[in-house]
Amino acid sequence: MRLRFNLAFGLTLVLVVVVAAVSAAWIAPYDPIFDADLMNSEMPPSWEHLLGTDGQGRDVLSRVLYGARVSLTVGLVSQLINSLIGTALGVSAGYFGGWWDDLVNGLTNVMLAIPSLVFALAIMAVLGPGLPSLLIALGLTNWSWTCRIARSSTLSLKNQGFVQAARAAGFSDANIMRTQILPNILGPVLVIATLGIGGAVLAEAALSFLGVGIRPPQPSWGNMLTDARELIRTAPWASVFPGLAIFTTVLGFNLLGDGLRDMLDPHMRTRRA
Amino acid sequence: MLRFIFRRTLQMIPTLLAVVLIIFVIFSVVPGSFISSLMAEGRNATNADVMAHLNAQFGLDKPLPVRLWDYLWGLLHFDLGISYRTRSPVWDVIEPRLWPSIKLALAAMGFAAVVGIPLGFIAALKPGSLFDTSTMVLAISGLSVPEFWLGLLLMYFFALQLGWLPSFGYQADSIQHIILPAIALGVSPMALLARTTRAGVLDVMNADFVRTARAKGLTEPRLVRSHITRNVLVLILTTLGLQIGSLMGQAIVIEKLFSWPGIGSLLVDSVSVRDIPVVQGTVIVIVLWFLIINMLVDVAYAAIDPRIKVN
Repeated sequence: MRLRFNLAFGLTLVLVVVVAAVSAAWIAPYDPIFDADLMNSEMPPSWEHLLGTDGQGRDVLSRVLYGARVSLTVGLVSQLINSLIGTALGVSAGYFGGWWDDLVNGLTNVMLAIPSLVFALAIMAVLGPGLPSLLIALGLTNWSWTCRIARSSTLSLKNQGFVQAARAAGFSDANIMRTQILPNILGPVLVIATLGIGGAVLAEAALSFLGVGIRPPQPSWGNMLTDARELIRTAPWASVFPGLAIFTTVLGFNLLGDGLRDMLDPHMRTRRA
Repeated sequence: MLRFIFRRTLQMIPTLLAVVLIIFVIFSVVPGSFISSLMAEGRNATNADVMAHLNAQFGLDKPLPVRLWDYLWGLLHFDLGISYRTRSPVWDVIEPRLWPSIKLALAAMGFAAVVGIPLGFIAALKPGSLFDTSTMVLAISGLSVPEFWLGLLLMYFFALQLGWLPSFGYQADSIQHIILPAIALGVSPMALLARTTRAGVLDVMNADFVRTARAKGLTEPRLVRSHITRNVLVLILTTLGLQIGSLMGQAIVIEKLFSWPGIGSLLVDSVSVRDIPVVQGTVIVIVLWFLIINMLVDVAYAAIDPRIKVN
């Protein structure tokens, strides 16, 4: 019961955000950057501006809708990069063992020791603000859990009958990893990736909030909060809604990830039952 | 035990070296240096002589391997270099920031533990109950909420609307100043602790030795106290340790929001003016904090469970 609720509710939230991002150009009532009307700045929510206006008289709803594009792009793309790196390193380390395994293990420990937000901030400092830098900074700094799971799953798979049979049949190592091992670890990798998307959305917001992520005037939920923070006394709605958007998105991905894990992990399922 | 601690300390060194190496290489490929950013601002260093002088003063004219070697050699003597901005030793810039950061991390963790552990414990005793469900909803929300937004809302309600607490800033002996940032920072570890505690207690409750104890006729409070609590403690301790260790890094946005004079806000400020030696220094401090806390957790772990020392 609860298992399906997590999945369904999480999926619903994620779908709402995806629809908002994809259709922002059609459903946003105003232009997020150019429809600035200083005569109508800091207006509370009304029929003209459902979520009010910000300090420059721009429509908060429109900016939140466009902000979804940035958050989703960063979340999905950076987590895809992380998953690819983590899976490639983890599977090869578990499969080949030896010095390669030691090296990957050491690297994973180093990555775990540097908080990913700190690491991403350092990379952003080098690359400069902007969407491409964000994708790189967040895509390179959060693969260690994927790598660990991929490695340990590979270790337990590689001595099983079907893998040894494939080896005896003369399959190449690359082929065995791709056709025998990879399909069996996709589940846990997917779970970590889903939870990681939420983390990346939070990190993007934090970096943009600090001024090293997406630069204004382009709307991102993080940089909207930077501007709105100064107006918290007079226009609290400008702070409330972008934050609520981040919260909804991250909650959606976290519930989805939890739901997927419970579905894929039989141990959890029997315990719940 | 001493040998274990010694070995565990030695194990930190390669990780720390690798971190220094990574950070060093990342910042050596920075396309503008601090000096060129001075030039861009049109401040002083507009002629080539001045630039060459500055480069020499900070050792930037030497090749990368030599600079790396110098840096590592300095580290060995607790010398983190000279700050570009203040022209004083990096350690002197970092040192006054340490205690506020540690204080914030501990306060946040205290909040997380005091709220999270009992919630998880009580939730697990009656799985599926209303209390359990609400706790889990609270936990997943706590893990999903952007902490700086939460901080902003707390600031709005408790400082600006109600006027109960100061909205930002730091005072050495003030408890009031630390409450809001500590709660904002502590919500996500609190949520994590509630979840881990609950999962741990549920696991132990289904274990054979608990079933045996119950069959023997042990009373429920006694069972909880002597069998369940003791076995969940190790799990809680690990989560707690890992969280404290990473809290200093996680705090950067909260420190910035509340103008808290800690390591995190120093890092952000140094990044924005490209004061690379200070950036490197703060990252090293953050990583060192993580490694030391982890080592302490491992030692505590080994003290509780002797089997761990062997591996």
